[in-house]
Amino acid sequence: MIYWDHAATTPPLEQVVDTMSEIMKMHYANPSALHRSGEAAGKLLKRAREVCAAALQVQPSEIVLTSGATESNNMAIKGAAMKYRSRGQHIITTGTEHPSVYECCKQLEALGWEVTYLPVDAEGVVDLAELADAIRKDTVLVSIMHVNNEMGAISPLADIGRIVKELNPRTLLHVDGVQGFGKLPVELAAWKADLYSLSAHKFNGPRGMGLLYVKQGVQLFPILSGGSQESGHRAGTENVAGAVAMSKAMRLAQEGQPELFARMTEIRDLMLHEIRQIPGLELNSSERSAPHIVHFSCPGLKPEVMVHALEEQGMLVSTKSACSSKLSEPSRVLLAMGKDTAHASSGIRISLGKEHQPEDAASLAQALRIVCDKLRPIMEREGQRE
Amino acid sequence: MTYDMLLLRFGEFTLKGKNRSRFERSVHNHIKSVLRPFPNANIIKEYGRLYVELNGESPEALAGALKKVFGLVSISPVRVCPSELDSIIKTAVEFVGQKELTKETTFKVTARRVWKPFPHSSQEMNHLVGSPLLRVYPQLKVQVKNPEIELRIEIRQERTYLFYEVIPGVGGFPLGTNGKAMLLLSGGIDSPVAGWEAMRRGLEIQCVHFYSYPYTSQLAKEKVMELTRILSGYAGRLKLHLVPFTDVQTSFVGIGQDNLIITLMRRAMLRIATTLAEKEGALAIVTGDSLGQVASQTLASMNVIGRATDLPILRPLVTSDKNEIIRTAIDIGTYETSILPYEDCCTLFVPKSPTTNPNLHVVERVEASLEQLAARIEAAVAGTETLIIKPDTNIGASSPNDEEPVVNEDWF
Repeated sequence: MIYWDHAATTPPLEQVVDTMSEIMKMHYANPSALHRSGEAAGKLLKRAREVCAAALQVQPSEIVLTSGATESNNMAIKGAAMKYRSRGQHIITTGTEHPSVYECCKQLEALGWEVTYLPVDAEGVVDLAELADAIRKDTVLVSIMHVNNEMGAISPLADIGRIVKELNPRTLLHVDGVQGFGKLPVELAAWKADLYSLSAHKFNGPRGMGLLYVKQGVQLFPILSGGSQESGHRAGTENVAGAVAMSKAMRLAQEGQPELFARMTEIRDLMLHEIRQIPGLELNSSERSAPHIVHFSCPGLKPEVMVHALEEQGMLVSTKSACSSKLSEPSRVLLAMGKDTAHASSGIRISLGKEHQPEDAASLAQALRIVCDKLRPIMEREGQRE
Repeated sequence: MTYDMLLLRFGEFTLKGKNRSRFERSVHNHIKSVLRPFPNANIIKEYGRLYVELNGESPEALAGALKKVFGLVSISPVRVCPSELDSIIKTAVEFVGQKELTKETTFKVTARRVWKPFPHSSQEMNHLVGSPLLRVYPQLKVQVKNPEIELRIEIRQERTYLFYEVIPGVGGFPLGTNGKAMLLLSGGIDSPVAGWEAMRRGLEIQCVHFYSYPYTSQLAKEKVMELTRILSGYAGRLKLHLVPFTDVQTSFVGIGQDNLIITLMRRAMLRIATTLAEKEGALAIVTGDSLGQVASQTLASMNVIGRATDLPILRPLVTSDKNEIIRTAIDIGTYETSILPYEDCCTLFVPKSPTTNPNLHVVERVEASLEQLAARIEAAVAGTETLIIKPDTNIGASSPNDEEPVVNEDWF
């Protein structure tokens, strides 16, 4: 079996698992406790925060540890909306955000906020002129992802940051960085980002662990209230082992990023080349997309059929994003890119990880050919019916 | 912008006659130590001046590091060329061309002929360099007052320097050129700033911290170690004396003079610091006192407290406002650590109404009635633990109570 679903989750590195288990055994004390064991756990937490901060080139005090990106995104968007509601009740995002951003915005809409969903072009990239038009005096927050989780479009964050801050310096910029970290360079200062979300399991770290970068001076209304952990941003006993393991995974991902980018790009380009030659498949990502995501549609076919057929060939791929893959509706993201329903309901995502080598691309291409040859009659029949 | 060198300028000590070479040596060593992380940077010494060859290192990063060097008044990233008219003009044209001149930009040339045998005067040079620039870049417009670009040219015998910026340095006297003093370092905001100000005036400092375990925690002690570590970034290394103060402090409790506890405590601290100063050959005590800030910092309190020592007490912050102190603390990097919420010995046993106007006779009488006091002060000195702290000392790695270090770097 070859696992091609790293955009959904990545296998944790052995060193990360070892760190996690050692700390769980040795340092189980509550890091807020006053006694010596508590102090020791507190020190580990402090060091973990420093390592995370160094990877992002920010201050340790700007790192809020969370349970993952869904929490980070909720904390950023709802937290900023609630805290700064006196500035206005307008939020800008795109039509292609991850559900943890998109649904947050929907919830706020239900509570009376106005949300502008920016359109994207055929490659899924947000329209900068539309962004500039949308920013108003009462715009509290702009939330745009670094890399799209479905088809891998990369947002021009430096331009986005410049436009947002030029038109309204008080508007906060939130970047959902989940799919970009470890694959592309992260430059929070150049992007002028105020908030940035990460999830550890997307870069070979532990599950259930993430962080939110909160730029110094930015305040958030806490979603989880209780104790004063995480500078009051998030109550709850900290996950010391998870935090240390995440910091290690971050450091390793960051150190390996340039090399990984080069290798993934090579594999991805091989795959794009192969898929272009298979009749019946239509690419939704391109050489301009992130290096670890290849996305295509097989119009006329339920994508589940393709997933199971590829599985028989030893290849594990996914339909749209794992978070919504069990829903049978067409992909909101592909529709926003202007694809028709047939395309949007038949998306397949192949996502790469650390362990892939160029020869894996050849195996996958071969599997795709076999599967497509077998399924072609059905695809064509279904296509005619529509 | 591409630059070749940084030009470093020094302040008042260059007037110091006979001691000048000692001052220069100290600055040179300090610069060498802050430039250690930049292996390609190369220091060039010339009479009254220092230059740093960049050799590809980032001028911004180097200037950031050099802002920690006491005695350094300003820094300019420079382009270098031979002191000949043609090459000065050629270099100026190329140097200005690196600026993005998309719209009309005001500018002027300010030349300084330090090397008098150079055939053109400073005034002439302004024209000789200015005219070709105006020809090549029609966007440029001369403006003498507040131009957007000021191209400065300094002509010396060995070479000519071209630059735009003069980045202010921290100033003061070179490290350790004005003697040695003991700094009373609490965990608060003020004392680290006082220590930094003292160092800036050329004092070598050693830190003295009083802790009251178990009334104060191990974390409070580590906080002070961390503050010392941050300050050591300006000094290379610092000595930290950790004085066990519990017995001295508790001896003042329950004598029925609660409002004097702070006064008595501060006097005991000065006595201990004075003994340590004698041992270390220091000639002053530096404190973070700021006039009127708390009860022990009224003029009357300072008078009574100060009489416990014969050494001069230096109070660099005595007339500073709290906001100024906080600003400096943020600048020098101690603020974040200072505001961590751990009890220190100064906040323990604080009476409800400490006196702002203690009476020296009463204080002396109380001290005389405490038979154990002198012995306890001696014991505190004897029990003092001295650490050497450097910028790369890993404070959290081990605590004296544990044999095993807590933070295992392999985990991260």
